[in-house]
Formats: sequence, structure tokens, C-alpha cells
Amino acid sequence: MQTLTDTWLIFKGQMTKSLRNPAWVIIGLMQPILYFALFGPLLQNVVKMPGFAQGTTWQQFFVPALLVQLALFGAAFVGFGIVAEWREGVIERMRVTPASRLALLLGRVLRDVVTLVVQSLVLLAVGVAFGLRAPVAGVLLAFVFIVLLAIAMASFSYAIGLVLKSEDSLAPLLNSIMLPVLLLSGILLPMTIAPTWLNDLSKINPFRYVVDGMREAFLGHYGTASVWSGLAVAVAVAIVCVAWGTRVFRHENA
Amino acid sequence: MAEHATRGDPMITARGLRRTFRSRKKTVEAVRGVDLTVGAGEIVGFLGPNGAGKTTTLRMLTTLLKPTAGEATIAGHDLLADPGAVRRRIGYVAQAGGTDSACKVGEEMVQQGRLYRLPADDAVRRAGLLRDQLDLKGLDDRLVKTLSGGQRRRLDIAMGLIHEPPLIFLDEPTTGLDPQSRANMWTHIARVRDELNTTVFLTTHYLEEADVLCDRILVIDAGMIVAEGTPDELKRRVSGDIITIEVGGDPERARHILANGAASAIGISDLDITDQTLRLTVTDGDRALLAIMRALDGADVALSAIQLHRPTLDDVFLTLTGRSLREDDQAPAKAAEPAEQPS
Repeated sequence: MQTLTDTWLIFKGQMTKSLRNPAWVIIGLMQPILYFALFGPLLQNVVKMPGFAQGTTWQQFFVPALLVQLALFGAAFVGFGIVAEWREGVIERMRVTPASRLALLLGRVLRDVVTLVVQSLVLLAVGVAFGLRAPVAGVLLAFVFIVLLAIAMASFSYAIGLVLKSEDSLAPLLNSIMLPVLLLSGILLPMTIAPTWLNDLSKINPFRYVVDGMREAFLGHYGTASVWSGLAVAVAVAIVCVAWGTRVFRHENA
Repeated sequence: MAEHATRGDPMITARGLRRTFRSRKKTVEAVRGVDLTVGAGEIVGFLGPNGAGKTTTLRMLTTLLKPTAGEATIAGHDLLADPGAVRRRIGYVAQAGGTDSACKVGEEMVQQGRLYRLPADDAVRRAGLLRDQLDLKGLDDRLVKTLSGGQRRRLDIAMGLIHEPPLIFLDEPTTGLDPQSRANMWTHIARVRDELNTTVFLTTHYLEEADVLCDRILVIDAGMIVAEGTPDELKRRVSGDIITIEVGGDPERARHILANGAASAIGISDLDITDQTLRLTVTDGDRALLAIMRALDGADVALSAIQLHRPTLDDVFLTLTGRSLREDDQAPAKAAEPAEQPS
């Protein structure tokens, strides 16, 4: 109960701060919208190749992938904010209060989740305007994925930001993690058209299952193995990241 | 909320606090067994050179860092067994402050109160009260980053006091402030104790600050407490007061009188003569001054001048920690050590 109150307090503070600079919400959307407008159309004929689900439109293929990308990349860089907060002593000040350590993390994560959900809605609206058709239930399911991904990546980013305590080491580290994650997730092209070795390699990337699961949801296939394994992976990654993040907030040197 | 104990009860008792850090292959003993007691209502200054273990000790006492060994009772609660209870009863203002520059002053104070479990209206009321007490009126809607250095530091203190803790820790509260803001801050800190009977434990590297503000001083060096006492006690204990006397008559005669007759009453520990001037080191200059004048006057030795010089805390500090800045104090044994790092 106290954790919920504390989470809400931290969320409110963080959200107030974000709303003072709403421009960042738009700037964060630029990348996926550019991908959609300038790369998406290239897929128009590609989706007819074997390896793509029968009858998929490029929008149905690409929008769920972009939503995953938005959640991954949008949340991956929130750690920069916590380095700044740490430097000002805000984290330490809060760690001396009786506030729940889980709440110190979750309050911030919740702000990121809300931001990403809003951005995803905008991206989805752009998709619909450019011919995306998807069942409502599938889209709702996709938002469950987005929330789980955002929780996982934001917690991960906060934890790693607090461990490194430096923007200069955070940026190259995140880039070197995020690029292989992106390439091996099948966001741009499905892994089913990859050579066997690459397809096998991509199976160690948890986000591959999430991308596959979301694509299924957009096609209206709900009970399939892809959806379930995608959800299971997303839940597992979120739990691990939140647990780690909380540990870092509790840790004596954070 | 404010269960302030009466003055004299211990607010902090620490025994054998140690902390070692492992960095790369080396193990660094930052704090090597600190014992300390702070009574309720005291303002205690914690002094030491950089790297002496001040901040490490403070971080242990405020639950931020787990001691490698030792135990402590802070504001009535066991530090190791119940850090949560300790957190509710203490305020802590870090050296870096801890306010978010992108937030508004009022928001920060109320949020801080709420994190300390104050009901919403209490948090607002406390924030209002502290805003008045710490000269932060009219700043509620200002972003923290627009505050002056002094205002921001007062906000830090207000945040540390929001839940009326009986004990507040201040880590270098005036570092980086201009002299005027510093003096102003001293007034505020003294008032916190005088009006609310809040116990104040502060670290500082301004000796003047410790002298003006603190009832008692603890000196830490190389991870251990090397001295403690009131500023006056410390000054007296380490070097004694210096009295210089210029005599009109025979200085040897004056020396004879002082060294034999009055020595025990005056408590002279050292005496040299240069020309007409006697230089005495005594334990208590105020008392000695009177006794000296009586003794010499009674023996008809003419005095042309007499002067009392009390050692400053700077003198004390340098003697205690052995980090003299004066070149002529460099002992030959130290010559083997590598030259100081340019900074």
C-alpha cells in the first residue's frame, strides 16, 4: 500500500517535470514515423515473398515492429535522466527517506510507460491514416506487449545508469547493446527469411519473440504459440529488470 | 512526530564503526573504528581533511552505507536492525544538495514531506512554515535552477527538516557559498537548534564555521577520531595559549619570579626570552594573564606590554592531523614520500 502511494508520488513529480517539456514526446516520435514513411513503403512488394504470413500488408507487418522499436529505444535511454538526478543528489536524498525502493524505480518507470503509450497511440493513428487495418483486440493485446517492454527497458536503463553514473559511458554501452538487439529482432525484416544460422542466432534475443507475438496479434491470431511465448518472454524480462533495478536503488553505493 | 529528547540524552551512539572499500586489487580502510556520542540538542562539528573518512562515516550513520563492522543507535533506533525507523527520525542534507533543478520549490518540499509519510495537508503546512523560517518566501513557483546558491542551500535544509526530525545531518552545509550567505546560514542552523532543539551533526572544512557554530568538535583523520572537545578545549589541549610579555626591567628576574613563585598557579608549560620579551605557553590564558600581572606587579617588575594569543582552530587542526602547510614543518622523514599531486 505504502509502495503504491510512494510510486504515485514519484510518478506525479516526474510527470510534472516531463510535462514542462512536452516537445520531447514529439521528438521521440520522429524516428519511428520516419521509418514508417520512408522505409515502410519499400516493404510493399517484399511482404509478398515466402517467409511472410500469407496476405500480410506492409503496414500490418511493419507497424507492430515499429511499436516494439519505439518501446525499446524510447525506454532504453531514460537512464540519462537518472544520471542527471543522481548528480544533483536527488537519488541519494530520496534513499534517505523511508520511501519504498521499489517505488523509487516504479514511479519513474510508470512515467515512461505513460509517455510511450501516448507515443504509440500517435504512431498507431499515423499507421491507420496510411492504410493500417488491424482488429481492436489485437491492438489492445499489442499494448500489453508495449507496456511490458517499456517496464523492462526503462528499469534496465535506470539500473545501468545508476551503476555507471556517467553519460559518457552510458551512451556507447546502450548503443552497443541496442544495435544487435534491433538487428536480431526481426523488426525490419522477419527472421523467417534469414539464413538458418542467423535465424538460430536471433533466437537468443528475447525481443524477437515479442516482435513475432505482436505481429500475430495484429493479424488477429490470439491463441497461437507465438503470442504466448512472446507474452511469457516479455513478462519474464520485465520481472528480471524490475528486480535488478530495485536492487540497484537499494544498493548501498547507488 | 517530534519526540525531542531532553538535552544530554544520547542522540547518536556509535561503537567501532568500520568501513572498507575494495577498489581494483586494493582494500581501502576508509573508516577504521569510529566511536562517537552526540547528545540531544548539541551542534556537533565533524572535522577532517579531505579523504579522512568524514563523508563515509556520515553515510553510514544515515543508512546510506552499510558498515563493515560496528554498531550504532541513531535517534533511538538500531542502525543495522531497523534502518527504516532511523530514516523516519533523521534528516540528511548531502553535500550535493538533492533538489531537482527542473522542479519547482513548492513541489519539491511537499513531495519530500509526503515521502516522509506526512499527510498531504501536513506536508503543505510544514512546507509553508519552513519557507517562512528559512527565508524562502515567494519562491514556491520558481524552478529550483533559478535560485541563488544561498537560496538553494536553504531549500536543501528545509527539505531535510520537513518531517521535524529530532536529528539532522548536514554534509558541508556552507561549501561553495559566499561569506555573507555563509554567515546567514550559520544563523539559520543555530536557530534550528535553539528554537526546535534539533540535534545537528555537521561536517565542515571551514574551521571558522566549527568555531562559531559548534558546541563540540570531533576531529577525524585517517579513518579514526583523533580528538574531541569544545572548540576552546581543543585549542587549549593542543597548543595552549601564548602570552607575550614585554618587561621594562630585567627579563631574567621576571622569568625567575614566574618560573618559581607563580608557575603552578599559572600553569606554564614553556617559557623563552628574546631581548625584553618573555613568551609563555600556558594552559588557560585568561586566568594566567591575571596571575602574571599580579605576580610581576607584586615584585615591582615594570611591564610595558602584555598580550594573549589564543591558537585558532587552524593551529589545532594542523597539529592534530599533521598536515601542516608550513614548509619549515616538513620533517626529514617525510622527504621520502612522493611529492604532492598538483591539484
